Amino acid sequence: MTPTRKRRLTAVLVIIFGVSIAAVVAMSALNENMLFFVSPTDVEEQSLPAGKRFRLGGLVAAESVSRAEDSLAVTFVVTDGAYSVDVRFDGILPDLFREGQGIIAIGQLTPDGHFEADEVLAKHDENYMPPEVADALEKAGHVESE
Amino acid sequence: MTVELGQISLMAALLTALVLGLVPMIGTYTGNRRFMAVSTTAALIQCLLLMISFGILTAAFVVQDFSVEYVARNSNSLLPMHYRFSAVWSAHEGSLLLWELILAVWIAAVALFSKRLPEVFRARVLAVLGWISVGFLLFILLTSNPFGRLIPSAVEGLDLNPLLQDFGLIIHPPLLYMGYVGFSVAFAFAVAALLGGEVNRDWVRWSRPWTLIAWAFLTIGIALGSWWAYYELGWGGYWFWDPVENASFMPWLVGTALIHSQAVTEKRGAFGNWTLLLALSAFSLSLLGTFLVRSGVLTSVHAFASDPTRGIFILAYLGIVVGSSLTLYAIRAPKMIQGGGFAGTSRETFLLINNLVFAVMAAMVLTGTLYPLLIDAMGAGKISVGPPYFGLLFTWLLVPMVLALPIGIFTRWQKDTGSRLAGMLRWPMAMALVFGAGVWIMEPEIGFVSAAGVTGGAWVIFGSIFYVGHLLSRKNSLKIPGSVLAMTLAHVGLGVFLIGLSLVSTLSTEKHLRMEAGDKYQMVDYTFEFLGTKIVQGPNYTADEGEFVVYKGDKEVTRLYPQKREYAQRGNTMTEAAIDPGFTRDLYVSLGEPLDQNGRAWAVRVYHKPFIRWIWLGSIFMMLGGILAAANKRYRRKMPATKPVNTGTKEVTA
Repeated sequence: MTPTRKRRLTAVLVIIFGVSIAAVVAMSALNENMLFFVSPTDVEEQSLPAGKRFRLGGLVAAESVSRAEDSLAVTFVVTDGAYSVDVRFDGILPDLFREGQGIIAIGQLTPDGHFEADEVLAKHDENYMPPEVADALEKAGHVESE
Repeated sequence: MTVELGQISLMAALLTALVLGLVPMIGTYTGNRRFMAVSTTAALIQCLLLMISFGILTAAFVVQDFSVEYVARNSNSLLPMHYRFSAVWSAHEGSLLLWELILAVWIAAVALFSKRLPEVFRARVLAVLGWISVGFLLFILLTSNPFGRLIPSAVEGLDLNPLLQDFGLIIHPPLLYMGYVGFSVAFAFAVAALLGGEVNRDWVRWSRPWTLIAWAFLTIGIALGSWWAYYELGWGGYWFWDPVENASFMPWLVGTALIHSQAVTEKRGAFGNWTLLLALSAFSLSLLGTFLVRSGVLTSVHAFASDPTRGIFILAYLGIVVGSSLTLYAIRAPKMIQGGGFAGTSRETFLLINNLVFAVMAAMVLTGTLYPLLIDAMGAGKISVGPPYFGLLFTWLLVPMVLALPIGIFTRWQKDTGSRLAGMLRWPMAMALVFGAGVWIMEPEIGFVSAAGVTGGAWVIFGSIFYVGHLLSRKNSLKIPGSVLAMTLAHVGLGVFLIGLSLVSTLSTEKHLRMEAGDKYQMVDYTFEFLGTKIVQGPNYTADEGEFVVYKGDKEVTRLYPQKREYAQRGNTMTEAAIDPGFTRDLYVSLGEPLDQNGRAWAVRVYHKPFIRWIWLGSIFMMLGGILAAANKRYRRKMPATKPVNTGTKEVTA
């Protein structure tokens, strides 16, 4: 091997080494930051551990939103037609949040079976249904009445 | 009848694009000069036809022709005039037409400003661009025609999505598309070089200014999108790692790698194949981004109406473009000439680090964006990848890049010595460390990572400025090459951006409050007093407008008037944040929702965001650097067919 080739080989090996480390770090970061989408039916059927973060999606049940008197705490029910989950949230709800609207809440289950949300998302367009929510509603046999 | 003219014009543009794709290409193989010369005419006619088409759609918006379905969906008789113009590209069909118009403008620009290129090469570039245009015109005409009529005509339009009734939206998409689409030119140059089996690397020099301009537009387009999200979405975020943001960020990352590897290939001939590959990838990722946005396969805040046929069309188009260009690359690249070697300590090595980092970043973003799709396709559940994934990876990947950047600027091509570099770089390094430490002492709560970020930003800025000083002292004259100024400007921009990012991510204070009229809230040095709300009537909305007085000590700093708007036609509610911008801090207030019946108590967001402007200021510097680099005189000189290889170790700037 000529010295030039040797040097090139070293360079290539260093690059491969660096990139593989980056890939390993990336994959573990990916796994740690993966959030599963879960419907109320899934919550009912699978025993999800309390404290594990996930995305809960469904419709905000009619007349379920209730606010605290003196803080921003709010509770509401997310349903997919078949089952429902009580959600607690302390913060400002998005503009498009309203009863009957499809939303996604990010957070975790508490030991007493509530869903503690730290983020609530409603989409920009009122005609738009998050695809996961639409899918979950369909599975639960909920029919859109328009 | 007029809108039908728009459609006819679009069809004529398709025919012209076919001529542009076919005739000059045949000319290059048969040596027919008249055939090759057709490219200029076809490019200009195509541009004219698309301008007509676009103009007609705009006119339909201006005169409120609700018999056109697209207009009826995205406009309303109450819509103010300036939004009627931007409403043209507010939804899928019109924004595609804008995409295609911008492509036609780029093609016409190439036709007009590349007369110095060798005839055959130029004809090939334009023909390749012609084929790209054919694909997009087919896409518009077959799946997304904006000129469809509504029978019977609508009496009133649905109105423009209120989120888009904003100055940011008027300029964000055109600038972003200028960048996206501009990479098609670099792509076409690369394909033309591969087609011709060009044994020299002239094509790189020719394509550099085009790539730089596209990159500059993409930079500012992304920055504007971030700024728009910050003030318009009402919750003060400036980057969400949303799939659609990622879709524009991936071409930017690869484009940044490309402008640096082009420098190496042009100056030294090294990285030739890599530069080709990057040029092909940058545009392919632009197309991938388009696919992700248009097909609706991804859950995103940018909810463009999704339609499976559109997704399939773009996917097929993407497959053809990527597949054919990579095949061509596989066949031809081994024949391309390779440049000279370089030592371990050389500017080439540092630019190699730059390229590796950017390529890995792009790969990471791609992984994070496509992984949910993969998992879903395998039926393993629906997932999303959270922002911490991206944040963590970028923090780590920035380390080698920021460390290497100033060293790379000072390093000579081909071979240099560590001791020479250490001698020149110890001052900027020392200054950066002192600066970073000083900031950390003043604001201890920023923590180590942010302090390191500030130091890194300062290192890049001081290193860049010292290099200019170094050139000045060596040359004993006050003339600095334009390319060095451009590079310095862009790198200082990166430094400013890094400092801003580090500070805003740790020094920001964000509070969600329940406030009643008369309530006060103290945040950092400022006191926010809520005076209450009143009803305000806008042209097409009604708003609750809050009034906040901000004091610093006893002195009134500013009054902020955030609004909660109700757009009558669509029934949308919109938050309009009120911001007092500043060089060192933004004060940000937005209204959540009313919490009681009589409207006295409101949910309120109160934010203090130090140095957030630096993020966009840095981006503006980067853009200006790109434009300045593209304006360099040497790109306008008469271009020799082959350039003698520069073998000296003279310090040449990238």
